[in-house]
Amino acid sequence: MTAKIAVVVDHFQGQAPGAAWEPFTAARQVASALAGEVVAVIPGTDTEALAQEAAARGADRVIRLEHPALADYRAATYGEALAQLDAQEGFTLWLFPTTIRGREMAAWLAAARNLGVLPDVFQVEVKDGQVEAIRPVYAGKVWSRVTTSLPAVVTTRVRAFNAPEPEAGREAPVETFTPDLAEPASDVQGYEVEEREGPRLTEARIIVSGGRGVANAPKVPDPCAGVTDPKEQELCIAKEGFKMLGELARALGAALGASRAAVDAGYISYDHQVGQTGKVVSPDLYIAFGISGAIQHQAGMRTSKIIVAVNTDPEAPIFKIARYGIVGDLWEIAPALLEELRKRSLAKA
Amino acid sequence: MNILVGVKVVPDTAAQVRVEDGRVTWGDAPLVLNPWDEFAVEAALQAKEKFGGRVQVLSVGDESALEALRKALAMGCQEAIRIHDPALNNPDALATARVLAAAVQKLQPDLVIFGRQAIDGDTALTPAAVARFLGWPFVGLVTAFGDFDQASGTLTVTRNLEEAKQVLRVRLPAVFTIAKEFAEPRYPTFLGIRKANRAKIPVWSLADLGIQAPEARVQWPEVMQPPKREVQCEFITGETPQEIAAKLVDKLIEEKVL
Ligand SMILES: Cc1cc2nc3c(=O)[nH]c(=O)nc-3n(C[C@H](O)[C@H](O)[C@H](O)COP(=O)(O)OP(=O)(O)OC[C@H]3O[C@@H](n4cnc5c(N)ncnc54)[C@H](O)[C@@H]3O)c2cc1C
Ligand SMILES: Nc1ncnc2c1ncn2[C@@H]1O[C@H](COP(=O)(O)O)[C@@H](O)[C@H]1O
Repeated sequence: MTAKIAVVVDHFQGQAPGAAWEPFTAARQVASALAGEVVAVIPGTDTEALAQEAAARGADRVIRLEHPALADYRAATYGEALAQLDAQEGFTLWLFPTTIRGREMAAWLAAARNLGVLPDVFQVEVKDGQVEAIRPVYAGKVWSRVTTSLPAVVTTRVRAFNAPEPEAGREAPVETFTPDLAEPASDVQGYEVEEREGPRLTEARIIVSGGRGVANAPKVPDPCAGVTDPKEQELCIAKEGFKMLGELARALGAALGASRAAVDAGYISYDHQVGQTGKVVSPDLYIAFGISGAIQHQAGMRTSKIIVAVNTDPEAPIFKIARYGIVGDLWEIAPALLEELRKRSLAKA
Repeated sequence: MNILVGVKVVPDTAAQVRVEDGRVTWGDAPLVLNPWDEFAVEAALQAKEKFGGRVQVLSVGDESALEALRKALAMGCQEAIRIHDPALNNPDALATARVLAAAVQKLQPDLVIFGRQAIDGDTALTPAAVARFLGWPFVGLVTAFGDFDQASGTLTVTRNLEEAKQVLRVRLPAVFTIAKEFAEPRYPTFLGIRKANRAKIPVWSLADLGIQAPEARVQWPEVMQPPKREVQCEFITGETPQEIAAKLVDKLIEEKVL
């Protein structure tokens, strides 16, 4: 029997995040080792375009799971549909990206089919009926080798594997599978889509991030001059500062991040928080403005390829993990950097 | 509405966790209630305040779990239960989930609330697996509770997805995890701490739950220290911010990240 490696294509109403294609790289490695096939599995409705893209990205076969109950994502319906497909196909290994939905579906499927599950791995190998992987634990302070017997479920760490480029004209047979699903116990009433420009934090190649230092301007910016309450003025300054960092981020095509101190103080919304209790990111370039580099912050960004730190305090711990350091005031450095990018026509906006 | 919160004890976030003699150690850093579970406790207490009922808190673990349970009691949970059994050794997330599901069946709450992720193993698998074992709906990363409709037994909730917030009406009983935006966890009160210290916390064995030790499918044969990041910080200096910025841009182009 040939090995069958299933990759679940994560998507939101037909739109796949970049991370969705990354497990295909891991799947191809495993499939080559076992002389098996890579099967893209796509739950949902309106997934024709995704099926084409999965073929172009390396699937040998595509299975679309179709059912009215799959129109909106819910762990129970998506997970149950995958479990039913597994009962029919008997996959050797299931791969998911470690996105919000990916983790939930992996847990559900594993529980339904009594499979071992290795989450958030950055290296994976199959041998002698076992799957062996390496994953960070304790916020990456330690790594663990983990193993389980096949068949099994694995989720790949975001940005740990490069997504395969689509190959023009590459095609694969597309099948559909209709699961037998009961009336879902939860109804989706709608969505609140947040406005966001630029890339998502977890997927960004470049992140511009700000900390408590953003509130500490050597000169009160004009819009805040009239604010007399000191707390209100601090908030006003910090918001101006994050506006400035936002402009720099736009010019770099970057996402905007923040420390927990900045988020807790209300300088910027929670969804920008990077760190152990925020988002874990791993961009090519992370520029930290006015962030001291507490251990919990480092836990969320330490694996960035190049870290640049701008801080007035030469002793700030962030410099210990930074490749480039600037001891200086972010209120001077950030605008100068923006101007320099514009001068050299490197600014994207 | 009776609510059950599942919590875990973990080394403090500030702990210097490392590998020594092939084992994970965190020196004398304290063990604390998992930070994500503080949000779960907060949400459970708010659900109780909004819809009535009571909050029980549950942990599967040895005596160290008492630290987490007492913190939850001090925050305002009414009752704590610890599950411990020598037959349960090195359970993986799914084995823990089976034990938790059995406890849920015994306690029969209307709502089970978990944290997003335990910051030691960082697996974030337990809650959805519990829901599957129970056959209950699961909603992860809930950011807000809406109305509870008595007639249909449904609770409206908002949850985070990467792309948007999803609003759902969920038939209870259900299993949730809680996102940080839900609310800042409350501090224990003086009275709460006193009550927590005096509370008798029963220990249930697997026999009390009527189950055998579930088999762990996952092994972790080796922990290792990640390779040290050999970064030597190069400080960029200059007469003016412009000069510094120009030098930085040159470096970033050289590094091929711009
Ligand atoms: C359970 C728990 C979980 C946590 N999780 C997270 C998390 O996920 N993410 C996170 O970030 N933190 C987290 N923390 C908080 C963490 O411990 C720190 O408190 C926080 O990261 C500090 O943020 P900061 O660096 O912005 O602020 P500070 O530590 O106050 O640092 C501000 C820095 O700005 C510099 N500065 C001031 N003015 C200027 C200026 N004009 N120009 C340049 N530099 C300037 C200062 O020298 C200083 O180094 C957590 C803490 C706990 C207890
Ligand atoms: N031993 C345990 N006892 C009770 N609840 C737990 C236990 N382990 C995990 N949980 C809950 O499940 C959540 C996710 O944990 P994990 O899947 O281990 O990352 C935690 O935040 C807890 O709410």
